[in-house]
Amino acid sequence: MNKVVSGADEAIRDIEDGMTLMLGGFGLCGLPEKCIAALVKKGVKELTCISNNAGVDDFGIGLMLRQRQVKKMVSSYVGENAEFERQLLSGELEVELIPQGTLATRCMAAGYGMPAIFTPAGVGTEVAEGKEVRNFNGKDYLMEMAFDADFAIVKAWKGDTQGNLIYRHTARNFNPVMAMAGKITIAEVEELVEVGELDPDNIHTPGIYVHRIFEGKNYEKRIENRTVQPHPNPPR
Amino acid sequence: MLDKNGIAKRIAKEIKDGFYVNLGIGIPTLVANYIPDTMDVVLQSENGLLGMGPFPIEGEEDAYTINAGKQTITMLPGSAIFDSAMSFGMIRAQKVNLTILGAMEVSENGDIASWKIPGKMVKGMGGAMDLVASAKNIIVAMQHVNKAGESKLLSKCTLPLTGVNCVKKIVTELAVMDVLPEGGFKLLERAPGVSVEEIKNATMGKLIIEGEILEMVI
Repeated sequence: MNKVVSGADEAIRDIEDGMTLMLGGFGLCGLPEKCIAALVKKGVKELTCISNNAGVDDFGIGLMLRQRQVKKMVSSYVGENAEFERQLLSGELEVELIPQGTLATRCMAAGYGMPAIFTPAGVGTEVAEGKEVRNFNGKDYLMEMAFDADFAIVKAWKGDTQGNLIYRHTARNFNPVMAMAGKITIAEVEELVEVGELDPDNIHTPGIYVHRIFEGKNYEKRIENRTVQPHPNPPR
Repeated sequence: MLDKNGIAKRIAKEIKDGFYVNLGIGIPTLVANYIPDTMDVVLQSENGLLGMGPFPIEGEEDAYTINAGKQTITMLPGSAIFDSAMSFGMIRAQKVNLTILGAMEVSENGDIASWKIPGKMVKGMGGAMDLVASAKNIIVAMQHVNKAGESKLLSKCTLPLTGVNCVKKIVTELAVMDVLPEGGFKLLERAPGVSVEEIKNATMGKLIIEGEILEMVI
């Protein structure tokens, strides 16, 4: 069950034009930045990307947008990316905005083998257009379909050679549910360890969901919105 | 008239001991600064954290510890981390007691618009549609009028909706109002130095005024 590949280039080798990709992360936190860099280098086009956000202009999916590699984005919030907003308003980029919980749960459904979910999010709004509405116990719910993605690409903190994954802090976000949802799932990790080194009780994503894994080097860990309070005893 | 911090301070009075609370981006984030230390309140951040603490001391910020506004934050003792599906699971299952969020428009029947200005601005709904569709108690924190001087409290929203029939209370720089189940903004309190007449003039939707409206105590 050794799933280790040499690096991002090998991991994404068979991602082709027109495919649908899921990319983990929330803002810039927990982004599979090595695989994104490899996709930019490879230059695959006409991609559909399912990801909560669209990165910023010079990091994350923003890099792929800049090169016009993305045909369609499926996201919940895209506020921090000027190039994205420009492509969207000019009609160059197709965008499907969906509620964040719906996005997460449609991933989860795919990973749990369920074709659809029912959620109240978006009832009575333009999100509901064309969707089946069902009433349960007096409340309306939208039927939302499980995602169908060719690849899911996630970033974890630690992983073992069998693909078991552990995330760190809020860099977990969409990564576990997307990891479960891809036909092929690629995991990039900061630390790749041998089988047996991770505590089975603390695995967040069981390796059965992961097909390829590699250790990335020199993660940038960029902070999108640095907010701090002054040091109580500043060093003189 | 209240400033942003004043609005946050007034909203903080709605929080009760033992509450799990989700704070939206903008003014709602400031509410955290006014929750009394004596109260046991847990803040939920929909990117996957319960137990959000204050901003980190300079130099201790961690790229992996952020809130839904992508700000660096800290985790208090007793915090729990979870994935996005579970985060919205607890929201949908109404485990979160109170949701506080911003808005562009609110209508007198409790509809809210907050995510899109067609042709001009599209940021997306983020978690707001999930929150307003499920939360038991929703307070909107916003300015009473927009930058063009137009009322944001309307009989019917003009912008694409985030949710229908869901807002329970609104706190603006001018007033505190309940949204009644049968429709209408019921004026509860005036901001310091603000007259009922000023609130009337700034409200396009149906404003219900019964008896004497007292100035708020904050």
